[in-house]
Amino acid sequence: MGLKHTTSFSQMVTHMARIDFFVRQRIVAFVVFVILCGLVYVSIVVTEYDVAKGFTSIPKAVRWSTENFYPDAASFKKINKIATRLSDTIITAVTATTCASLLAFFFAIIAATSTRPHWLFSLVSRAIASLFRNVDVSAWALILLFSFGQSTFTGYLALFFVTFGFMVRVLIETIDQVSGDSIEALRATGAGAGAVITQSVIPACLPQIVSWTLFMIETNIRSATLVGILTGTGIGYLFDIYYKSLNYHAASLVIVAIVLAVLAVEALSNTVRRMML
Amino acid sequence: MTILHVDNVRKTYGGNSYALDGVSFSVEKGEFVAIIGPSGAGKSTLLRCVNRLIFVTSGEVSVNGIAVTGLSNPSLRRLRRTIGMIFQHYNLVNRLTVLENVLHGRLGYKSTIAGTCGFYTASEKNRAYEILHAVGLHEHIYKRCDQLSGGQKQRVGIARALIQDPTLMLCDEPIASLDPSAAKIVMDTLRDINTRLGITVVANLHQVHVARDYATRIIGVNNGRVIYDGLPKDLTIDIIQKIYGSEAHDLILADGDTHGTH
Repeated sequence: MGLKHTTSFSQMVTHMARIDFFVRQRIVAFVVFVILCGLVYVSIVVTEYDVAKGFTSIPKAVRWSTENFYPDAASFKKINKIATRLSDTIITAVTATTCASLLAFFFAIIAATSTRPHWLFSLVSRAIASLFRNVDVSAWALILLFSFGQSTFTGYLALFFVTFGFMVRVLIETIDQVSGDSIEALRATGAGAGAVITQSVIPACLPQIVSWTLFMIETNIRSATLVGILTGTGIGYLFDIYYKSLNYHAASLVIVAIVLAVLAVEALSNTVRRMML
Repeated sequence: MTILHVDNVRKTYGGNSYALDGVSFSVEKGEFVAIIGPSGAGKSTLLRCVNRLIFVTSGEVSVNGIAVTGLSNPSLRRLRRTIGMIFQHYNLVNRLTVLENVLHGRLGYKSTIAGTCGFYTASEKNRAYEILHAVGLHEHIYKRCDQLSGGQKQRVGIARALIQDPTLMLCDEPIASLDPSAAKIVMDTLRDINTRLGITVVANLHQVHVARDYATRIIGVNNGRVIYDGLPKDLTIDIIQKIYGSEAHDLILADGDTHGTH
């Protein structure tokens, strides 16, 4: 009798614990929701944002775009100029990305847990990469503008820095995840550091290295436009000129050209990715 | 002739707990030693201390009379190439072919330039073909390793170790990820290597009955200490219980052979 009582009591306790678990989850979800609502409200008050006006101005914006922001016959006369500037921008983005990725690979090798010579290298490499990554590309462009002036090189460097910072981080993770096991095996055979990298790390990580580089090329063609506006080079500068001279038709043609270029590069890199795997 | 001598080895990863707590034993040439024990007993750490993939905290390991702890990098490489190693997860470069993975076993014999460029001599390549024939993988030589089954991958691992011309073979849970029939092929291959080529084998194993069937000697480890060191036939139920502690019951139920001797 006493035993039976104990059993049912302990069952009751487990039962309560189960209910408690779900109740607690709901409470946590509710609290998070309330906090988010609060954040939204505070930001609306601080920025003096008029919610109603924000939504009602959307149709107006659409109307303005359809009336002014489309390429007309006259703007197509500038297509050659746009094409030249666009190819400048694409080439800058591609060279900056590939060079940065190459350098990033060396920094990643000395930083990854499975390949680093000493943990100190890892610390320094990660710190450098973090510095380059956490300053935005537009900030880099403005900083570099002082030293290198309004030139393509300034844009190239800005893209290079950010890509470098990003790629170091990504490649460190890739090396540790993908090739850690085979690195251990090659070390055990007595292979030297160079052999471990060329025979194990590179073949194992190659698809990811190429994939991330292609991804950064796509991203950088988009960023290159913004960088161009700031540094007065490439397609971004052309857009800036047309836009400020109120030539909205030509400006819109620039946008269309950029979108087409990015789509083309995306399609191309997807093909390369498929072939790699 | 003593191939491997482990003398009072301790390993700690910081703090007061020891992964290895004063382990000592010697292995003679031609032995097939199975190290058994529960998960986390320190089996993998012990094996990796032998070829210094892990540094010991104190104590000494010597292989073929050479003390491992004080070795310079070039000497360590020279020693490592005489020790073959296979792993639970095979540790192959999956995107490369079977042949390339086997040839990796020669990298310890190469200069920096030849190793970095991956230059292999014709005789090394011929040897790789021979070994792949011997382990029954001659049909898969040019396949990428990610197209192989687990048992085939482990045999690639064995081939990679054999091409080193090792005197000692370390096996870290070689069959833990394999189905029973693939496990049998791998264990038979290891026995073959041991008896026919005279290569000393030290293998971490999870299954007591496999250790009994294949090993000439069993070392039982628990909590970083050697609990048993002797012949497989002397391994009684009491000792198994001591090695595996609370895990022993599940182990014995799952193992009909052991249950029968009870």
